[in-house]
Amino acid sequence: MDVPEEAVPRQTMDVDIACVGFGPAAGGFLTTLAKKLQAAGETPLESKVMPGMPLQVVCYERADDIGFGVSGVVTRARGIRESFPELNPAEIPMAAEVAEEKVLYLLDPGGASRRPFAMRAADKLIRAFRFALKYEEQAVELPYTPEFLHKMDGLVLSIGQFNQWVGQQLMMTGAVQVWPGSPVAEPLIEDEKVVGVRLVDQGVEKDGTPTGAFLPGMDVKAALTVVADGPVGPIGRKLDERFGMPENHTKHEWAVGMKFVVDLPEGVDLKPGTVFHTIGYPEPEIFGFFYVHPDRIASVGIFVPSWFDNPVRTAYRYLQHYIQHPYLWRYLKGGRLRSWGAKSLQESGLQGEPRLAGDGYARIGEGSGSTNVLTGSGVDEAWATGVQLAEGVVDLLARGKPFTRKNLEDAYVARRRASWVEQEGRVAERARDGFQRGVIPGLLGMGLTGLSGGRLAAPGKPRAPHERIGKIEDFFSDRLRSEDVAAVKEECARKGKALHDALMERCGWPPIEYDGDLLVSQQDALLLGGKVQAPAGVADHVVFLYPNLCDTCGTRICVEICSGEAIYPGEGNAPDFDREKCVHCGACIWNCSENNIRFEAGAGGLHSAEN
Amino acid sequence: MSAFHIVVCGGIVPDPLQTLEPISGPQGPALKNEMMLPSVLDPWASHALYEAANLAKNAPDSKIWLVSLSPKAKLQQVMMRVAQKVPFELVAIEGPASGFTDSVEVAGALAEAIEGIAGLDRERLLLFGGWESASRGSGSTMQLVGERLGVRNQFQGVDVLEVQENGSFRILERVEGGMHQVSRCAGAPALLGWATGSLPEPPNQPQLGMQNMRLIMPALQRARPAGLTGGGIEFLSASLPKQQRETRVVKDLSPEKIAREVVDWIKG
Repeated sequence: MDVPEEAVPRQTMDVDIACVGFGPAAGGFLTTLAKKLQAAGETPLESKVMPGMPLQVVCYERADDIGFGVSGVVTRARGIRESFPELNPAEIPMAAEVAEEKVLYLLDPGGASRRPFAMRAADKLIRAFRFALKYEEQAVELPYTPEFLHKMDGLVLSIGQFNQWVGQQLMMTGAVQVWPGSPVAEPLIEDEKVVGVRLVDQGVEKDGTPTGAFLPGMDVKAALTVVADGPVGPIGRKLDERFGMPENHTKHEWAVGMKFVVDLPEGVDLKPGTVFHTIGYPEPEIFGFFYVHPDRIASVGIFVPSWFDNPVRTAYRYLQHYIQHPYLWRYLKGGRLRSWGAKSLQESGLQGEPRLAGDGYARIGEGSGSTNVLTGSGVDEAWATGVQLAEGVVDLLARGKPFTRKNLEDAYVARRRASWVEQEGRVAERARDGFQRGVIPGLLGMGLTGLSGGRLAAPGKPRAPHERIGKIEDFFSDRLRSEDVAAVKEECARKGKALHDALMERCGWPPIEYDGDLLVSQQDALLLGGKVQAPAGVADHVVFLYPNLCDTCGTRICVEICSGEAIYPGEGNAPDFDREKCVHCGACIWNCSENNIRFEAGAGGLHSAEN
Repeated sequence: MSAFHIVVCGGIVPDPLQTLEPISGPQGPALKNEMMLPSVLDPWASHALYEAANLAKNAPDSKIWLVSLSPKAKLQQVMMRVAQKVPFELVAIEGPASGFTDSVEVAGALAEAIEGIAGLDRERLLLFGGWESASRGSGSTMQLVGERLGVRNQFQGVDVLEVQENGSFRILERVEGGMHQVSRCAGAPALLGWATGSLPEPPNQPQLGMQNMRLIMPALQRARPAGLTGGGIEFLSASLPKQQRETRVVKDLSPEKIAREVVDWIKG
């Protein structure tokens, strides 16, 4: 917001650099900056706000702990290893070097998956000729996978543990401060320049009304604000609204990634570092992964993309079917759920890159479009952009130059443009356009782009997710009569439930037989796995702006896609929101057909550090 | 109200709802992947700290120290939350926080650290802590600390401390049946093992956090090992209680209906 005169006095604090969000990007930025700040023999960089003291660098992280991040993840870790040349994966809990990697096409064991004709034909051929293929348990290992998909020299990580480890390294230096439980409400803007951030108000009711314990969020003024708040971070989005996106850049392509972390049962002896990438099941549009960590722990998850045009698309139910695919279930059956989490992925890549720098601010990480949408790699790229910004910042500080847009473009953006992140991002830029026309064109397009080094791509113009979604009745018309759909809608409305489970079961998906250990209800996953919590005293961070608009939304896809069932059918026009179930994945905002959801940085969310 | 020197003792514990798994390690029993678990300041000790801050706010020139025996690396992370809540100085002792320690040894280490606090006025001393810890729950550590330091006025299960006009204390201690015993004490020095107290968790104050961290960081660097040897205790086994879990999240049932459902489920 622009800084007006305030009726309620707020505390103000001055720092040199304020960061928003602590993830891989901020980790790369702060690690590089801390090293430079402590480099022996170099002139220390002095604080301008506290003369005589070192540079005052603070990072505000919304989640209650820096380890509450979510990501797959398998990464080539080039940028990370460059920052930590002596990196020993054994120092990071749950880390393992990639030992074995497979790309698997999963057939449909039950017949419920909605497969295009080409896939059904392929499935028949595979079954017929399975003896000549690397076929096992209703899956076939692809005989050739392109170089661009492999992570064979990389690491399997828990992002939560990685963040904790990086945070510990940083805090031991004493050079920077990382404050968890500190959501940032908005950027502070004066004369079109970002001058810092405002933290969220505390001591308010759910609707934001101050109580007797009201404490206005502090204004943190900084010469440089580093925005590293991820793909759905409110500060990044507010900057996009305020300063606009570059011409022809849009963030139309998204996915929800959801994963379980599982204790594998006794007797499963998969090597740590085993990696499976899967396609084909539970739906052709849904890609999956299975990574093995040390101590018989595995991460298993799926991505539900925005070009999966199911009006009741959802993640949790599909994830439960995914893990029960025979190829995976032989390793997972009898296992125990340790952890669960979900996040949105910004999959527009360079097509969705925002303005990377402006007067007083710079953007890094996934929210800045750094994810490589061909290789499906984001963590290392995010880290690298943080390193690039830190190098630029140190350069500017050493030369006494201010953090103007021009200077940041010269010092940071230029570095980024010259780096492997950009080069590989350019190759990937149109890799996923084919998915706009279907999964087969999309896969062919990825192959085409990857093999041609980005020179060729399948055609397809990304559309906003809501522009793709049709009526529920139309989507299910090949399997259900409209009166069947109407009956399901009525029953679910009466029970106050989302539609996806009932519709999926009507289409042949078997009910989930809970075992209380790995196959659990979504509510149990929240409590057992995500340990989701939300503190009192702050306003709800998901707000339906104009409830009447929700009446015109035919699908209420926000209810279906909500990772934690935090958004559920309500009594009034708009769905209801229960923040004690929200994991802040942000899927609601890119699924809303009316742009009717305000998604802020709230406190709480996941309390598991193993995702 | 005259000033107090309030020393709060508190370790760190895994964040509530984390899944704990006792294992046998080379150095005895431990929690599996303890260093992976996100941690918080012991909830009982947290209440004690907030009560200390409230008391200090009303008694000018009071000082608060937090004495914590914990793994340094995890303690540092915990401090990034706690430091934003209330003003205090940290006295850190490096040691395990798993709960598989001997409370006599822990109390000894805490008492020694407290004795080493420069400028501590024993006549104004209030020893605060949780009436038990969330890690072990022996309910004996604070009592032992008090005994080591010669603090004989001890109160446990405290929810309220009121300083009277004449400087004496009126203290409410929990007893059976959801009741409180009203105790009176002439004044400091005294030891209070807090239950939940009566204050909400304070909001985060980033400015306060930064002020606190200026002293917390050097304190962490100075942390000496506790040198715990196990106290001659041999843990024969450690296990989690068996649990059967069924979850139903409701928002509109009365407490009576919920209670009836729970009773039926237990009996069923």
